[in-house]
Amino acid sequence: MSTVTENKPQGSNDPNQMMVPRPLKPWKATPKQLLPDVFGAIGTVIASLILVLVSPLAGILGFILTFIVLSLFIAASISWIRKDRKAAANSVSTIIIYFLAAFVLLPVASIVFEIIRKGAPGLSIGMFFDDMSVTASDAPLSEGGLLHALVGSLYVVALATIVSIPIGLLTALYLTEVKGKASGTVRFFVQAMSGVPSIVAGLFIYAVWMISLGGSYNTAAGSLALAILMIPTVARTAEEVLKLIPTDLREAGLALGATQWKTVALVVIPAARSGLITAVILGTARVAGETAPLLLTVGGNDAMNWNPFSGNNSALPFYVWKNFGLGTETGAERAWTGIFVLMVVVMIFFTIARVLGNKKG
Amino acid sequence: MSTVNPVKSEGPTPREITTEPRFSDRIFRGIVSSGGMISLLVLGLISLFLFYNGLNVFRSEGLSFVTSFEWIAESIENGTEASYGIGAMLYGTLVIGFIGLFFGFPLAVGAALFLSYYAPEWLKKPMVLVVDVMAAIPSIVFGLWGFYVLMPHAEEWAKLINKYFGFIPIFSMPGDFYSRSPFIAGLVLAVMIIPIITSISREVFAQTPLDRIQAAYALGATRWSMIRSVVIPYGKGGVIGGAMLGLGRAIGETVAVYTVLNLVYDIRPEVLLSAGGSVASLIVNKFGEATEPELKALMAAGFVLFMVTLAVNFVANAIINKTVRQG
Amino acid sequence: MDNEGEKDMSQTKVNSLASIAATRTPGTSAMGVGLEARNVHAWFGQKHVLSDISLDFYAGTVTALIGPSGCGKSTFIRILNRMHEFIPTAAMAGEVLLDGKDVYRSGVDVTKIRLGIGMVFQKPNPFPSMTIKENVLSGLKLAQIKINNSDELLEDCLVRAGLWSEVKDRLDQYGGTLSGGQQQRLCIARSLAVKPQVLLMDEPCSALDPGSTLRIEETIRDLSKTMTIVIVTHNMQQAARVSDYTGFFLSDGGPGELIETAPTSHIFSNPKDKRTEDYVTGRFG
Repeated sequence: MSTVTENKPQGSNDPNQMMVPRPLKPWKATPKQLLPDVFGAIGTVIASLILVLVSPLAGILGFILTFIVLSLFIAASISWIRKDRKAAANSVSTIIIYFLAAFVLLPVASIVFEIIRKGAPGLSIGMFFDDMSVTASDAPLSEGGLLHALVGSLYVVALATIVSIPIGLLTALYLTEVKGKASGTVRFFVQAMSGVPSIVAGLFIYAVWMISLGGSYNTAAGSLALAILMIPTVARTAEEVLKLIPTDLREAGLALGATQWKTVALVVIPAARSGLITAVILGTARVAGETAPLLLTVGGNDAMNWNPFSGNNSALPFYVWKNFGLGTETGAERAWTGIFVLMVVVMIFFTIARVLGNKKG
Repeated sequence: MSTVNPVKSEGPTPREITTEPRFSDRIFRGIVSSGGMISLLVLGLISLFLFYNGLNVFRSEGLSFVTSFEWIAESIENGTEASYGIGAMLYGTLVIGFIGLFFGFPLAVGAALFLSYYAPEWLKKPMVLVVDVMAAIPSIVFGLWGFYVLMPHAEEWAKLINKYFGFIPIFSMPGDFYSRSPFIAGLVLAVMIIPIITSISREVFAQTPLDRIQAAYALGATRWSMIRSVVIPYGKGGVIGGAMLGLGRAIGETVAVYTVLNLVYDIRPEVLLSAGGSVASLIVNKFGEATEPELKALMAAGFVLFMVTLAVNFVANAIINKTVRQG
Repeated sequence: MDNEGEKDMSQTKVNSLASIAATRTPGTSAMGVGLEARNVHAWFGQKHVLSDISLDFYAGTVTALIGPSGCGKSTFIRILNRMHEFIPTAAMAGEVLLDGKDVYRSGVDVTKIRLGIGMVFQKPNPFPSMTIKENVLSGLKLAQIKINNSDELLEDCLVRAGLWSEVKDRLDQYGGTLSGGQQQRLCIARSLAVKPQVLLMDEPCSALDPGSTLRIEETIRDLSKTMTIVIVTHNMQQAARVSDYTGFFLSDGGPGELIETAPTSHIFSNPKDKRTEDYVTGRFG
């Protein structure tokens, strides 16, 4: 048996059956070819360290600066010697862009690290079940809590969401379904609205509710201010989502003799459902951490306030702001713990929006 | 054809197709249209209310509201007369906004170029995620981070800048006050505006036509000379629009700036000195204990801030829409 | 501007492709092998799209690559000047020799390869942010080559691309203001400015009207006196009109293969392979 097959090697009769070579990517550098680069980088690190040690430059900053300058210089000269000026320009710009990208990551890494380092130690189960109504502001973190701020945040954000959903959605429907004459203008103004400074939103609500209507601080006013900031996010994301719904789906509905209203309500919106939810959650994530408008509208409170339409209330960002403003050690600790909780809340919204958004494709 | 049938010589006139929507659709379109107009309404109301409330201040101060540096509330005990001017604050706002752009813009565009043309596949997604997370971080977090984490370092950097570049007037230092300076506020703003500039720039770069990129490579371009001669000329407008959007955000930023900036009612050229201004921060700063007339002055300040950001955003969006969204 | 071209077209209206091809004497101007493909394979991901292509391109000749859509002609010429690697899933095997040296050897400067092997694309793609003049000289700028007599080079390239007389008075207008055919000739002029040894043309006339097509074919014939030209085309008449050699590619659902390569007149008058005959006589494809 085996001798027979050996005598008739496959493909000897049919050239199409010839051994096909392995697919290669000769343009990708092999690990061996990368070795000089790796050694070059390590060499540059060592050289910068030595330079920093023997020169008046000092510290991490000195090292980083030396490292950047040195790596640019070395890369440029090697490329120039081995190839030409154009290659030198290319490798210098490549290194610069890598450094720029790395420097973008740096602050995020630092922020996340510091929030965990400074915020996590103050966490306790008890703080989620207590407010600050009977706790002195300089009392240790084991006393009191931020339940009132959590509840306040929940109220403001929930009310803001309730106001924003219909308006944001109607705006998106106007832009994609009705396509009225003013579509261009409306789209432009929605874009402009997403640039309204948050403090201006707060100031506006204060001017309307407190000055013109003579009211006093309350939760609902805060949520209206947040709604102004949330509507454009919801409207723009929802518009993007609705645009992705294929036109045939709408035409299929209309061709069945349905009214436009029925088609939108029964075909378009259900098809875009998860995307629309994403739009709302993204909006929520954007406003959950807003501070400035709340400073002008909800007034702040150390105790629970279950009534959203009357009386001062607090919120997580407000709690952070207030404790930071105390300028004391425990104030700072409370502020960082508040930030930790706030970031967790924001990130939960963010993650849900991401997951839902990705599922949609 | 026309000779055969002279009646048709003028060509057919298009028939007008009229659709008489059903009653339910008329209501639907009415509701949706009025809902769609709310954004216009809100923007209109904001300017109306702030302008109306600030009207008396605009009347009494006139142009000096935006040019004078003093912000003095009327006080009977001290015998002072009210004088409201946001000149220093406006100047300060622009200064920190441009410092933010100075640091943030190259980083953001560099990151966008990295993500579009340099990053290996496996790194793209996580890095886009990081930039998106950055956009979701609340401003108060940036404020506290800026105050407790960045500022100690930034003061050292400021000292170094002063040591080596102190002969340039803007880097000189009359005292030894390096904390809460426009330089530090600008650094915090730089971090805050990176995500918006990066995402717009990425959107812009994605529009660069592939056949032009290939044409450049086929002419022996390196990655960098391709970017310089194809990507940048194409994306220039959009990237500038993105930078303006970032500037708009920086101008309106309140809490983060307030925590790391010392408000001084004076125009100082030294950016490293602990003295700066910001209209938004002024509002937060004075709001708590403002008297009735001072409150109106704050409304007027808010109106000016609103108009400035609106103008910046209008121009920015117009530029971006022109370069990106029309294809 | 197209009058001349139209006249030309009527003159060359001949029935037999072979008779058109016979008007050119193959190989008379051949100056040795300029570019060689050796056992080239190509993949996109797992999909094997080109199998074992070996083909010589003689200096001073025009080689046309014909075949039905999807047989890998374009992939093949993009392998020749290393444009293939811009597709992330792309892979290849085999060698491409320029003056006897593999363009895929390690350590080679890929930008130098592309300077030596220019390319003209299917759709005219002048840089719209540059003027006509800047477009022609853009290759020098991209490759950071400094020259002194740039005006001379500009005129020379435009003349060779057959565009000089039409644009000499508006060199400072933008490239986008030209007609499609003029834009394509501008792209050819742009490729010429970096003085490539080989010019690859990927269906350069498929987006153009017949008049412009004929103008470009004239240009190709003129250029072939001094350089190696490889042209991918769907249009067999064009292959017959401009080329000295023709390679016929075919894919039977699997990877594309080079069925036959021969002097153009042979391919059209006396193909060796039945499948080539079927294709050139229009029985399929």
